[in-house]
Amino acid sequence: MASPSPKSPEQSEKTKQYDRQLRLWGDHGQTALEHGHICLINANALGTEILKSIVLPGVGAITIVDDKIVSDEDIGSNFFLECSSKSLNRGAEALRLLLELNPAVRGHAVQEPPDQILKENPEFFKSFSVVIATALGEKTIQELAQHLWDINVPLILCRSVGFLGSFRIQMREHAVIETHPDNEQTDLRLDVPFQALSDYLNCFDIDAVDLKDHGHIPWIVIIYKAVQKWQSQNANGWPMSRKEKNEIKNIILEFVRKDENDVPISEENFEEAIRAVNTALVPTFLPVKIQELLYCTSATNLSKDSAPFWVMCAALRGFVEGEGKGKLPVKGVLPDMTASTDHYIKLQNLYRTQAAMDAEIVYRKVLQIVAQLHCENISEADVKLFCRHAHDLYLLCGSNIVTEYQLNSSVATFISRHLEEPDVMMVHYIMLRAAEMFQSEHCRAPGDWDPEGDISKLKACVTKVLSDVSCSPFPKDDHIHEMCRYGGAEIHSVSAFLGGCTAQEAIKLITKQYKPVNNTFIFDAASTNSATFAF
Amino acid sequence: MASGETHSVENQQRRWLNLRKLLERSGPFSHPDFEPSAEILDFIMDSCKVLIVGAGGLGCELLKDLALMGFKKLHVVDMDTIELSNLNRQFLFRKNDIGLSKAKCAVEFVNKRVPGCEAVAHHCSIQDLDEGFYRQFHIVVCGLDSIVARRWLNGMLMSLLQYNDDRSLDQSSVIPFVDGGTEGFKGNARVILPGMSACIECTLDLYPPQKTFPLCTIANTPRLPEHCIEYVKVLQWAKENPWGSSTPIDGDDPQHVTWVFEKAQDRAIKHGISNVTYRLTQGVLKNIIPAVASTNAAIAACCATEVFKLASSCCTNMNNYMVMNIADGVYTYTFNAERKPDCVACSNTTRVVELEPDATLQTIYDKLCEDPAFMMKSPGITTVINGRNKTLYMSSIKSIEERTRDNFKKENNRIGFIQWR
Repeated sequence: MASPSPKSPEQSEKTKQYDRQLRLWGDHGQTALEHGHICLINANALGTEILKSIVLPGVGAITIVDDKIVSDEDIGSNFFLECSSKSLNRGAEALRLLLELNPAVRGHAVQEPPDQILKENPEFFKSFSVVIATALGEKTIQELAQHLWDINVPLILCRSVGFLGSFRIQMREHAVIETHPDNEQTDLRLDVPFQALSDYLNCFDIDAVDLKDHGHIPWIVIIYKAVQKWQSQNANGWPMSRKEKNEIKNIILEFVRKDENDVPISEENFEEAIRAVNTALVPTFLPVKIQELLYCTSATNLSKDSAPFWVMCAALRGFVEGEGKGKLPVKGVLPDMTASTDHYIKLQNLYRTQAAMDAEIVYRKVLQIVAQLHCENISEADVKLFCRHAHDLYLLCGSNIVTEYQLNSSVATFISRHLEEPDVMMVHYIMLRAAEMFQSEHCRAPGDWDPEGDISKLKACVTKVLSDVSCSPFPKDDHIHEMCRYGGAEIHSVSAFLGGCTAQEAIKLITKQYKPVNNTFIFDAASTNSATFAF
Repeated sequence: MASGETHSVENQQRRWLNLRKLLERSGPFSHPDFEPSAEILDFIMDSCKVLIVGAGGLGCELLKDLALMGFKKLHVVDMDTIELSNLNRQFLFRKNDIGLSKAKCAVEFVNKRVPGCEAVAHHCSIQDLDEGFYRQFHIVVCGLDSIVARRWLNGMLMSLLQYNDDRSLDQSSVIPFVDGGTEGFKGNARVILPGMSACIECTLDLYPPQKTFPLCTIANTPRLPEHCIEYVKVLQWAKENPWGSSTPIDGDDPQHVTWVFEKAQDRAIKHGISNVTYRLTQGVLKNIIPAVASTNAAIAACCATEVFKLASSCCTNMNNYMVMNIADGVYTYTFNAERKPDCVACSNTTRVVELEPDATLQTIYDKLCEDPAFMMKSPGITTVINGRNKTLYMSSIKSIEERTRDNFKKENNRIGFIQWR
């Protein structure tokens, strides 16, 4: 019996353990994650649920800041505390049980209140990739947010109260090269074929090939030929309207071979061609969002400290204005289509070669900029990746939580517009803010032990928030009643839901892949509805 | 002595204070039947039996979530054992546990961590358990990765439904069914009230069709690395039988995967195809679906919240289907999936199937299995002759299968099918 080759070197213990997630963010995403260091402030159930889904996939390190002592209520809602944790430091206990999940993760517990760290050792926060904070008071939130804004460390602020929860991401800006769009646009350039492509397409003669090969012609060729035929009757225009696209489809139908009884022979590639007409004929253009990106100040005013992303944007702008003739580099990706291996691979290689040539030009421009400005070196592989995803680059410009908390005029207008709609998810936001205000005024959650008695006090807070955004009080008190019913309770399953979502946001920030929430997520587990607001 | 047993009643009261606020206070959005009381938590803890189907990515989360939502009478069923690739999300397992039963390991961990939790493990397949087993539960929550298994479970819960003489549903036979599923950054959670709201079969078209490659592409015109791997898997393995003729491909055997990988690479090089990797080979061989801790945590939590609502009525349930995608921001959408009025599983209505008079029972059986409108797995066939039920075929019970096997060849008009529904 054959005894084939030894175990593949590709499969280390670690790649096996992380296999299912490596298929989502790749080895480079994993490496980035393993260099990440997350700081959590307050290890309540929400906090530990977030860390759980960051520790499991293998973040580099976690630091928990928590000066509280474990209570019975904590044990009842937090999986990462046990009965013997009672009366011990909450952060240290949670850390111990969280680290059991993954021996590769390092951890630290700091038993000081965050206010004190902010006052005495603000440098502490500098080294973190992301700071995540739960269950903070209004005052600390603003001090922490301002400090992290100043030192440019991302902050995710989370809350879980009864059936309600939210998180808010604060960061100055966040650039994503690999956004992983669900439906990526193809980039075939049939309207502006590069030389090698037009040479190839032009030497094809659909009518000359025998029947077997006829069924193996890639639909790209079929559509191109149909357009050429159409153009000869339409002053070399480009089919744009539905009517014109239907004319193309009819030309394709004419291409289909007929049997001896003049019945069209069913050929898969021609059917694919007809289905592909609408998307394949979208003209090649520079997406507006990418254009804005290439001409924004960060990309036009480079300095020695410019991030690689902006250096590459500047080089890309040079390409678009020069060699690219207004277009982005070719993606170099060919969707699968019915075709013979030969035709398909030839065509695929044409696109790949052009993509490599385009990327090479961008890379040379990057080298020039780096040499001129003495900025950080950028590898050729990084530039290739950047060019491959140039159509889908994404930049998120953040806002400061402090301006949101101070409800300045633009924030107020934004809120009141949603309240007028009326958008019940914005009502939830107001309730969360009002409950926070109540907490700082009365040193307890609304309804903590007297739900009926706190209704009027909470109502006063709601009215205050609403008047700050120039809105009249809510016509009904039902949301106020519900918030007092919650009495500040942390419900495990609500925290677990938010924990999962928040953890992934932190991973997105660290790996710089996939688009994060911009910038506030509100969840109502009572109705199972959510909303995203950009404050 | 375990620390849990020394916990005083007062500590217990404090421990569940968060839940008690929801259960002992009325709210404007709670279910119309809701009457806040301390007894609801007693019911959840001492009486409410919940079955968790699956102890994988969702199952581990569900078990933890429900234990911390006060449930003690939990049962977990899973036939699988723990593998290394589970550890990036199935957080109740460690490297030392590899090879052990998922259900047993998960239950042991949670019972230890959450004092008072009395979860019970069943290391077997869902098909090994009978009606009597399923009937004991108040709620079933399911975190499976297989549509086939989900449909089986759906069928089981539907078969437990009882109808009154006037064909109305006997409400007491309804076991609410909460179902979650994930795939990469996408997931869904739903609440099914069997016989009352859309069931799995009503919404089968919500599942995306499985991606397959036509055989002629694999054999004659490969273009993608996947085509090369499929070729080795489907054609070359059977031809060359590298481990002897009786050895099928085992996607978990690194030597098998390596063999396929290398042969696929040879084929790819021959055709100028690039990017055949070991990871891709394994992905194609095992039909691997990407999975991450965060999505599983969120979807399971959503299911657990619905189980808690069902058990307590402290809030109305989700109506009735939520989809989520956390790849681009966090997106959720909840909608009312509608019942199919003539659903074969849950509607208790008759369906007319037209057959040739000389068709055999085999024809009917095949139609029930293969027709996209039915897609049944080993259906039982019964008829009514002179007002009495008669079983024509039943595969699930061995003795009946043997007794009825011969009916397959008979023509329908000879086995009493003069008219049938």
